Amino acid sequence: MKAAVVVFPGSNCDRDCKVAIERSAGARVEMVWHQETALPDDLDLIVLPGGFSYGDYLRCGAMAAQSPVMREVVKAADDGVAVVGICNGFQVLTEVGLLPGALLRNAKLKYICKPVALDVVNSQTRFTASYGEQRTAVMTVGNGEGNFFADEETLNRIEGEGQVVFRYQDNPNGSARDIAGLMNAKGNVLGLMPHPDRSFDPDLGSEDGAILFRSIFASA
Amino acid sequence: MKATVHVFLKPGVLDVQGKAVESALHGLGWAGVSGARVGRTIEFDLAETDAEKAKAEVKAMCEKLLANTVIESYRIDVA
Repeated sequence: MKAAVVVFPGSNCDRDCKVAIERSAGARVEMVWHQETALPDDLDLIVLPGGFSYGDYLRCGAMAAQSPVMREVVKAADDGVAVVGICNGFQVLTEVGLLPGALLRNAKLKYICKPVALDVVNSQTRFTASYGEQRTAVMTVGNGEGNFFADEETLNRIEGEGQVVFRYQDNPNGSARDIAGLMNAKGNVLGLMPHPDRSFDPDLGSEDGAILFRSIFASA
Repeated sequence: MKATVHVFLKPGVLDVQGKAVESALHGLGWAGVSGARVGRTIEFDLAETDAEKAKAEVKAMCEKLLANTVIESYRIDVA
C-alpha cells in the first residue's frame, strides 16, 4: 500500500496528509515535489493537499494545476489510480479539469475554520465504502474559497451520475446544492473541501476522516 | 506589443467582492451605485509584432491559464 503526497510551494497540509494516511491506513507515503516529472511506481493513492499553493495568486490552484507533476497526476488518474484533492487540492483538481465546476469566494466573504457535519451521500465509492451504514461524517473545513459552483446542467449531470459524495448538513459557504465533495464520472478522482487529514484521531475531535483513507486502501 | 487582459466573473456568477464594494460605496453616500463587479487586469509585453497573431496568442493564454472559463470571461486589448 503506497501513497504519494504532492508538495507545491505554499502547501501547508502536506505533512498532515502524510501522518493521517500512515496512521489511518498504515500505508507508506512518499512526498513528491511539484517540479518532479515522474511519480513513484505502484501508487494506490495520490493526494493533493490543502494550503495556499503559489500564494493563491491569480486564482486558487491555477498555477499549481500547471506544475510539471500535474501532467503525471492526470496520466495516473487516466490509468485509474485514486486521486484525492483536499481543500486547495480540490481547487487544483477543478483547475486542471479532472473535476467539473470551480470554487468561488465564500458567499459571506469569511474564512471559515470549524468542524462541519457531512452527509455521506454515496457510500458505493472507493472513497466511502468503509463508512458502511454510517451516514454522517464530521470533518474540519478551513477555507476562504470553498463555495462550489457549476452550471445547472453540470450539477444535474453529476447528481444523476452519483458523483456527489459528501454534502454539508448546514451549508457554511454557499456551495451549490450543498456539495462538499464530488468525484469524477469514472469514480477514481475525489475532491472535497473538508479535511479528512484534520479528522483522523479522537484527539482532533473526529476520526471520521480516517475512514476515507481506509476505504481507499481497502479497495486497492 | 503590449497586451492587456481584463478578467471578470461571468454574469450570473455571484461576485461577493463586487457586492461588498457596492455596499461600502452605498455606506459612503453614493446611493446611485449598482452592479459593481471586481475583476483583475493583467498586462504584459509580447515579442509578437503582428496584432492578429498577438491576439490569438493571448487568447490561448487566457484559455489555458489567465482565466477560468467555467466562472470567468475575459477581454483582450493588444496595442
